[in-house]
Amino acid sequence: MATLSLRDVKKSFNATQVLHGIDLEVNDGELVVIVGASGCGKSTLLRIVAGLETPTSGQVVINGRDVTGLEPADRDIAMVFQNYALYPHMTVFGNMAYGLKIRGMARDEIARRVQAAAEILGIGPLLDRKPKQLSGGQRQRVAMGRAIVREPALFLFDEPLSNLDAKLRVQMRAEIRRLQRRLGVTSLFVTHDQVEAMTLGDRLVVMNAGRPAQVAPPMEIFSRPADTYVAGFIGSPAMNFIPASLDQGNGSARLPDGTLIPFADGPRPGTAGTPITLGLRPEHLEPGDGPGSIPLAVELIEPLGSETVVHGRTPAGMAVTARLNGAFSGERLPVRIAPAHLHVFDADTGRRLDPA
Amino acid sequence: MQRKVIFRGRILPIALLLPQLAITFVFFFWPAGRAIYQSLLREDAFGLSQEFVGLENFQDVLSDPNWVNAALNSVVFSGCVAGLALGIALFLAVQADKSLRGVTVYRSLLIWPYAVAPAVSAVLWLFLFQPQVGLIGRWLNAAGVAWDYRLNGTHAMILIVIAAAWKQVAYNFIFFLAGLQSIPASVLEAAAIDGARPARRFWSIIFPLLSPTTFFLLIVNLTYAFFETFGIIHALTSGGPGQATETLIYKVYVDGVQNLNLGLSSAQSVILMVLVIALTAFQFRAVEKKVHY
Repeated sequence: MATLSLRDVKKSFNATQVLHGIDLEVNDGELVVIVGASGCGKSTLLRIVAGLETPTSGQVVINGRDVTGLEPADRDIAMVFQNYALYPHMTVFGNMAYGLKIRGMARDEIARRVQAAAEILGIGPLLDRKPKQLSGGQRQRVAMGRAIVREPALFLFDEPLSNLDAKLRVQMRAEIRRLQRRLGVTSLFVTHDQVEAMTLGDRLVVMNAGRPAQVAPPMEIFSRPADTYVAGFIGSPAMNFIPASLDQGNGSARLPDGTLIPFADGPRPGTAGTPITLGLRPEHLEPGDGPGSIPLAVELIEPLGSETVVHGRTPAGMAVTARLNGAFSGERLPVRIAPAHLHVFDADTGRRLDPA
Repeated sequence: MQRKVIFRGRILPIALLLPQLAITFVFFFWPAGRAIYQSLLREDAFGLSQEFVGLENFQDVLSDPNWVNAALNSVVFSGCVAGLALGIALFLAVQADKSLRGVTVYRSLLIWPYAVAPAVSAVLWLFLFQPQVGLIGRWLNAAGVAWDYRLNGTHAMILIVIAAAWKQVAYNFIFFLAGLQSIPASVLEAAAIDGARPARRFWSIIFPLLSPTTFFLLIVNLTYAFFETFGIIHALTSGGPGQATETLIYKVYVDGVQNLNLGLSSAQSVILMVLVIALTAFQFRAVEKKVHY
């Protein structure tokens, strides 16, 4: 059982700063997902926790012990790599036993632990095989097994599911979640896949250009994104952003074409005329005529079975995506904005504006 | 994946194969056939008369204590050269794999010796180890070691081993470095996280994963030391002192070219040929089976 604290962790490669001061507290038994686009520094951060990279400044504290200067071997962690990184010349048993042998554990204890882990993961019959003879999903399980047998203080996952096909990925995702719950091991999971992040994490860290844009539970990130980056990154299809300005005692937004949209939850801080960005998820655009309705010229229809994604343009020429229940066909789609689901962001900083 | 190319008629495929077949025939089958034929004959030193003697030459060779001595020399020499060349090359490759700065310069410097002609490299080693004028030779003598490879057979052997290994290190280095670079970094990182220190990582992960490369190089090095070191031995010790550095290949030269005993020399060549074929066949078999994982 362990906690992890990152204190103002910074990392530069030569002149390029990739991490700009990360602070993070991971509680005992918690699974925190670090999610972000490629190059946002999420893998670097994980490697710093693992001890494979040295931070330029800042501290990594595991269970109250500062491990910043320690070798990976001395940190009591286990890591699952994207390409599994199994030892190709060892059997499945050898792969899982390697770390235990190094620690000088007794043979029967090693065998017992490997057997137990293999049981949990359903790879018992594979213990004599070499990694080459395994499928992707089985390799993934062996990599997990290698981490489990060590009974480490901390699990680190570096995009472990991205090499699997879609179906297996969904299955392994659920399995990892179950396993992590069952073992109760504090975990850090890096991914670029927002669905993985949402479904796996107790909390998410959304990284943007080396900074944590928001740290919160998945549903809070979805319903109250801290800025336009988080809002656009989480949710599929991505949120629509519409430029507007504050009006009517800051209680409404005025669109460029003059339409007024009242805020359902009260006026925003700022002076009238302040440029803002309105965010609206595609599923919160309701089809329907009437006052305040925007007629979309349909450009592309993507039927997904139970729902349909419609890409269209407003009369002002702005691209807007709507997600409708059921099927849809036609050239024109009038939609209404549901004010209750409106997100308001500062147009300059991109930060979320909450009612004053 | 097998691609079948179908030619109309027979002339074109034969014409395409002909140059290669001609080269193989002229430079291998013909001389090899001559050697086998010659090994069954006894000829006087002036080449005036020949006599068919069957396998008598082989009998003479195998029962000749000088030949047995040369065979032992060859084994010692080849073993030392292969061991030294592989060991040093592996060490250097591991170092080159670590540091990234200036690695290209370091790498090309290490590859140079391979381009040096055997005679030139021999002269270079002479300048170092000659007891009166050689840098290291003088230093050794000053330090109280009675170093003289012209009198001491062991010294002579050490000298040709060093000179021959030095040339082969470059070749081995290239292969080891390529082998090291093909080991995924994440596997080594996983081992580090599993608690393995660098030495343990080397012996339990890197070395086994390099084993196909090592095995290939071992065969190549043995072949090199056995058959391609004539130049170095000739320039440095000429097989001496006594016959302390006379290897099998050198003895072929001495018996055939110096003593003009063509039958005996041919018989030795045939024995060597069989050895090469056996070694190569063994390598092919082993590579097919794959030695590692």
